[in-house]
Amino acid sequence: MLTVSDLSVARGGLPVLDGVSFALGPGEALVLRGPNGSGKTTLLRTLAGLQPPLSGTVEGGEALAYAGHLDGLKSALSVTENLRFWARVFGTGEIGPALAAFDLAGLEDRLAGNLSAGQKRRLGLARLLVTGRAVWALDEPTVSLDAGAVALFAGAVRRHLEGGGAAVIATHIDLGLPEARVLDLGPYKARRPAPGSAEEAFL
Amino acid sequence: MRALLTRDLALAVRAGGGFGLGLAFFLIVTVLVAFGVGPEAALLSEIAPGILWIGALLACLLSLDRIFALDQEDGSLDLLATAPLPLEGIVTVKALAHWLTTGLPLVLAAPFLGVLLSLPGPGYAWLFLSLLIGTPALSVIGTFGAALTVGLKRGGLLLSLLVLPLYVPTLIFGAEVARRGAAGLTVETPLLLLAGLSFGALALLPFASAAVLRVNLR
Repeated sequence: MLTVSDLSVARGGLPVLDGVSFALGPGEALVLRGPNGSGKTTLLRTLAGLQPPLSGTVEGGEALAYAGHLDGLKSALSVTENLRFWARVFGTGEIGPALAAFDLAGLEDRLAGNLSAGQKRRLGLARLLVTGRAVWALDEPTVSLDAGAVALFAGAVRRHLEGGGAAVIATHIDLGLPEARVLDLGPYKARRPAPGSAEEAFL
Repeated sequence: MRALLTRDLALAVRAGGGFGLGLAFFLIVTVLVAFGVGPEAALLSEIAPGILWIGALLACLLSLDRIFALDQEDGSLDLLATAPLPLEGIVTVKALAHWLTTGLPLVLAAPFLGVLLSLPGPGYAWLFLSLLIGTPALSVIGTFGAALTVGLKRGGLLLSLLVLPLYVPTLIFGAEVARRGAAGLTVETPLLLLAGLSFGALALLPFASAAVLRVNLR
């Protein structure tokens, strides 16, 4: 579903990861690990097609739903309006199951601006369910979630995998997904070019 | 596409959306000019078409930086770029939403503000028509400028500096239509050139806007 071969990615003109390769089939999840600045976000943005890779290829990136650090919510719109907008953009109709999966029932008419940080995050993750996309690329999805909400999230991911989906998740905490493979990005760290090399002057 | 348009229109009219700001600014500029120049009807009616066009243009400029900056701040722009909509379509819809919430109200209000500047009788229809044809170009060019400056902190001033020179041809021909119309002269040539500018901008600039947006999202 998602095949990454020999991918190199750069942030701010500097290579951060080099030679990353993996393949995800239906029902598989991959957890990206690595210290801050190791390139998890840059890798996920490259998978989503938001930035071009330095070298290497990504296959299947067009069928990917991306969720970054920001939830993309409009504070002047209600929970339902926010979710229905994304459902219409992605051409799927039903938002009920997504609201139920993240325990947002009862908050439907609340403006997104009046939600707590954790509730906003849950709404941002509920958006994944209305995209109808098969591969999820999630960047620190559990930030500001409490233990119960993390369990809700893990359940949603598991149902997505059981339905033949796949997920790439950058996270620091244990999600309770024993079936997920772990990819440590440490060994892929790109060697910095020698300072003062010829190309650097033109970047 | 329709979902994005209705969302942008809904956001514009909700609290904090900025709908009406451009209109109020237009009204104030016109009134200030009338006060500044003095109550000489002959002089005012002479400069009215140009002042109304400049006022509309500046009012249009006021809301440009909101087109993409708000979506970028809350992360929706990244998510829209990964959505199944072509980026060219997204920028066109954004420009259309900007025109509907900023340009169109200015077009409708301009004839009433013409009264304040004692615009001559035959000028009203031509002023209305020239703004109706010219303001879409202002929105489309402005969307391009907004896409260029989307990643910049406080890019609003840079946006104005980039966009205002690009507005010059539209201003020249738009104000010329209104001026000639008010003086009872033939308006065909500037009107055609104005329409050409609008259609040209509408046809070409969405591709440029989408391209710079892709670069700025990296």
